[in-house]
Amino acid sequence: MRKAKNMLSKQMPYLTDNIVPIIFIAFTLLGFALTDNVPINYFLSELSSRFYRNAFIVLSLIIPVIAGLGLNFGIVIGAMSGQLAIIIVRYLSIEYLHLSGVWELFFCIVLALPIAAFIGFLTGRLYNKTRGQEMIASLIVGFFANGVYQFILLFATGVIIPVRATHPMIKPDGVGVRMTVDMGELHYSLQNIMKTPFMWTVLVVSAVLLTLVVALYLTGRKRPDKGNKVIFIIKVLLLAAIIAYSVFAIATKNNITKVKEVPTVTIIFIGLLCLFTELIMKTKLGQDFRSVGQSQHIARSNGINVDKTRIIAVIMSTVMAAWGQIFYLQDMGTLNVYGAHTQIGMFSVAALLVGGASVRKATVSQALIGTILFNSMFIMSPEIGKAVFGNALLGEYFRTFMVYGIIGMALGIYVWNDNRKARITLDPIELNAQDN
Amino acid sequence: MGDILLTIKNVSKEFYGNQVLKDINMEIKKGEIHALIGENGAGKSTLMNILFGMPVIHETGGYQGSIELDGKEVMFNSPHEAMSHGIGMVHQEFMLIPGFTITENIKINRELTNPNMVSRIFGKQYESLDMKRMNSDARKALDIMGMSIEEYTLVAGLPVGHMQFIEIAREIDKTGIKLLVFDEPTAVLTESETQNLLAAIQKLAAQGIGIIFISHRLEEIMQVSHRVTILRDGEHVVTKDTKDTNVYEIAELMVGRKVSLDRSGSDSRRISDEIVLSIKNLEVKMPGEEVKGFDLDVRKGEIIGIGGLAGQGKLGVANGIMGIFPARGQVIYEGRPLELNNPRGAITAGISFLSEDRKGVGLLLDESIEINTVFTSMQIHKEFLHNLGFIRIMDSQKIRNHTNKMIKDLDIRCTSSLQHAGSLSGGNQQKVCMARALTQKPKLLLVSEPTRGIDIGAKKLILDLLKSLNEEQGMTIVMTSSELAELRSICDRIAIVCDGKVKGILSPEASNAEFGLMMSGVHADSQMGGAE
Repeated sequence: MRKAKNMLSKQMPYLTDNIVPIIFIAFTLLGFALTDNVPINYFLSELSSRFYRNAFIVLSLIIPVIAGLGLNFGIVIGAMSGQLAIIIVRYLSIEYLHLSGVWELFFCIVLALPIAAFIGFLTGRLYNKTRGQEMIASLIVGFFANGVYQFILLFATGVIIPVRATHPMIKPDGVGVRMTVDMGELHYSLQNIMKTPFMWTVLVVSAVLLTLVVALYLTGRKRPDKGNKVIFIIKVLLLAAIIAYSVFAIATKNNITKVKEVPTVTIIFIGLLCLFTELIMKTKLGQDFRSVGQSQHIARSNGINVDKTRIIAVIMSTVMAAWGQIFYLQDMGTLNVYGAHTQIGMFSVAALLVGGASVRKATVSQALIGTILFNSMFIMSPEIGKAVFGNALLGEYFRTFMVYGIIGMALGIYVWNDNRKARITLDPIELNAQDN
Repeated sequence: MGDILLTIKNVSKEFYGNQVLKDINMEIKKGEIHALIGENGAGKSTLMNILFGMPVIHETGGYQGSIELDGKEVMFNSPHEAMSHGIGMVHQEFMLIPGFTITENIKINRELTNPNMVSRIFGKQYESLDMKRMNSDARKALDIMGMSIEEYTLVAGLPVGHMQFIEIAREIDKTGIKLLVFDEPTAVLTESETQNLLAAIQKLAAQGIGIIFISHRLEEIMQVSHRVTILRDGEHVVTKDTKDTNVYEIAELMVGRKVSLDRSGSDSRRISDEIVLSIKNLEVKMPGEEVKGFDLDVRKGEIIGIGGLAGQGKLGVANGIMGIFPARGQVIYEGRPLELNNPRGAITAGISFLSEDRKGVGLLLDESIEINTVFTSMQIHKEFLHNLGFIRIMDSQKIRNHTNKMIKDLDIRCTSSLQHAGSLSGGNQQKVCMARALTQKPKLLLVSEPTRGIDIGAKKLILDLLKSLNEEQGMTIVMTSSELAELRSICDRIAIVCDGKVKGILSPEASNAEFGLMMSGVHADSQMGGAE
């Protein structure tokens, strides 16, 4: 009896730690069970295109989490910097330069870098002044920056910055940028560089992952802490199954090959960002991020410049978010000047949390899995609403409920766990169980 | 043992006109284990802070005298400067990151890196970590300590003994370490871990590293040190070769304060044989002050003192009885068992508590003296309230009158009874705490560190007040204090706590050596027998 209880209490932390991803997987599966009219290739097409749009910006959240700043809702400001860059480049391109799509994209990326880096520096300074309350500060500074953004684009443009009133991006009265701006050449500029069939991409990506997993396992094998055999075998089997199925699908040309083609360059960019995030953690700077994230006090007493390290983390996050927003918008095709960025912070944070990340811990795979699960929920919820209540709109409400519910729940679980660990008890056995 | 490594010459230090160190002279030789001992507040930490150039020293106006390292005068402005000169410190509180491996902790901010493509453009920060070399360095340091544990193990979940060793490994991994300071390294260790640590310290000394060993455990000092320096009240008492002295002598020199016993009026007191509070096998989980099986009987009408060194658990006793920290065991108060972990129950039963944490537990800093005085009585005893049947509101007239009487009785120096408690001086804050405790009309008063952070004049007032409460109202008082002299001046009996248990009960007239030995956890009888 006692043994069984011990077993349960050992498994409990695993369950509570991963409760959010489990709910989402269950929800998506439920969706498939309830609705028989969602074709798998439609689902995958939707899911994959949403993944290309969002993954980059979700990945930008990882570094601040590791550096101990928590969830950086301030990526909204990064997104605004990206939009600012797009508006400037588009304006100049239409007016004087008449660039091609790829060049416009290139200049957007180049221009967004200094803007986002500067703003990241300022927000980083702010977070250092609001130590311990970075998350709420990042949320509020996002709202504040929105006001500044509106001031620049709605008033300063045309009144302070001279612009041509007849420019298609400017409102007819000559003051302010229009509500919606067409991305023109920029639309699909990244997507159209190169495309590959979906299953082939899946095949290649899984093959690369498989070699990576095996190679990592073999090099780290001697260490008991890194070579969890069960998880390794599960990973290998899963990847092998995917490879086998891709080969089967390609050979038989079944339904699933009809999934939308993959924008290769976008995928490569996302891959590079994953690689960057992983590699930076293997440098001195990355180790400083981790030290500062684990304990500012100990890091400082060992001579690490805590404030500077935190600012660098915020700058990186903001710049990545700016680029992520540019990639997102070139996929969308139109820029909703005053609305496109407002939800990006909430949704990206929710996606990261859905992947199993917490306020203190986030990994690349959590970001990627989270993006997939979160968007699955987005696709399935109207279908479930339709199937259960005969009303797709109910599913729409459900989405909103899920987004904020998930953020609230993840934060709640985090604080609850923290309090549980900090609680002083007389029983040493109980204490040990909590430590593990 | 070789040449002189470190010389401390005539070092003095004042904090706001309060002399905490007077003309300290010390010499540490290469390869020497030099024990530094003294009671709490004797000036050991201040001396170490000076040696390490802690900011607190410069912020309070520096120090007088000079420190020489290898014959050259040095003055460190920050701990890093001290470290770069080869001085290391093994902290009492662990400065380890639990989520890191042993290697990562040993190498924190001294990571070994290799240049790569990116770092050639963007700078050293982007160089990749060389985990292989870091691991092998960590391995070397661990081997010196004789630790077989794998260097890539996470620190979280390791026993405290291991953590202590990792701290030391970090220090010896630093190149050119010359002097290592151990600040009470054995306080948290078990017996066998302690022996391992002492062996490791001797090994380090054998390699020519000078060691300053701060400890309260005299037996350890006798075992490993070559010389011992004793500080008392900020003064250098003596430096002796360990082999020329004994535990008895050290203990006496450590406490050796002339106690003026001022026990007039004690004739009129009536201490009955009735036991008012009986504590059996009390365990309290108070961080840093754990109680591990405490037994004590308190007689009605007496003032009993609980003394002992910091961290031994004396503070945990009162906090455990009052339900402030989780507790277990049996407490019988006035013949009835007292429910533990229930602050309300303890107060209702007639026990009042003056907490050592005046600003955290004792006072509502942003409230007036009035509210602070009557707060507990309002909450628990439902006094000072107009009862309107369905609702109760404060009776401000009654509160004002009562508070003004208290202000007069206790001589609280304030502008009015509406002044905020936070703006009072330490002594007056303590008096407000006292006023609140008295408002509850307690039969038993628990007092913890009543004079901590209070100037000398106010100290005497507080102690006199306690004494008069006891004499005039027959109030039973349990007083916990780090200051032995203070306990000896007013208590009838003094229980000395060591390692969470009562080591023994002494009369205030007992000799210095008896107190000193008991506080250090030495069995008094055997050692004294040996010395005489």
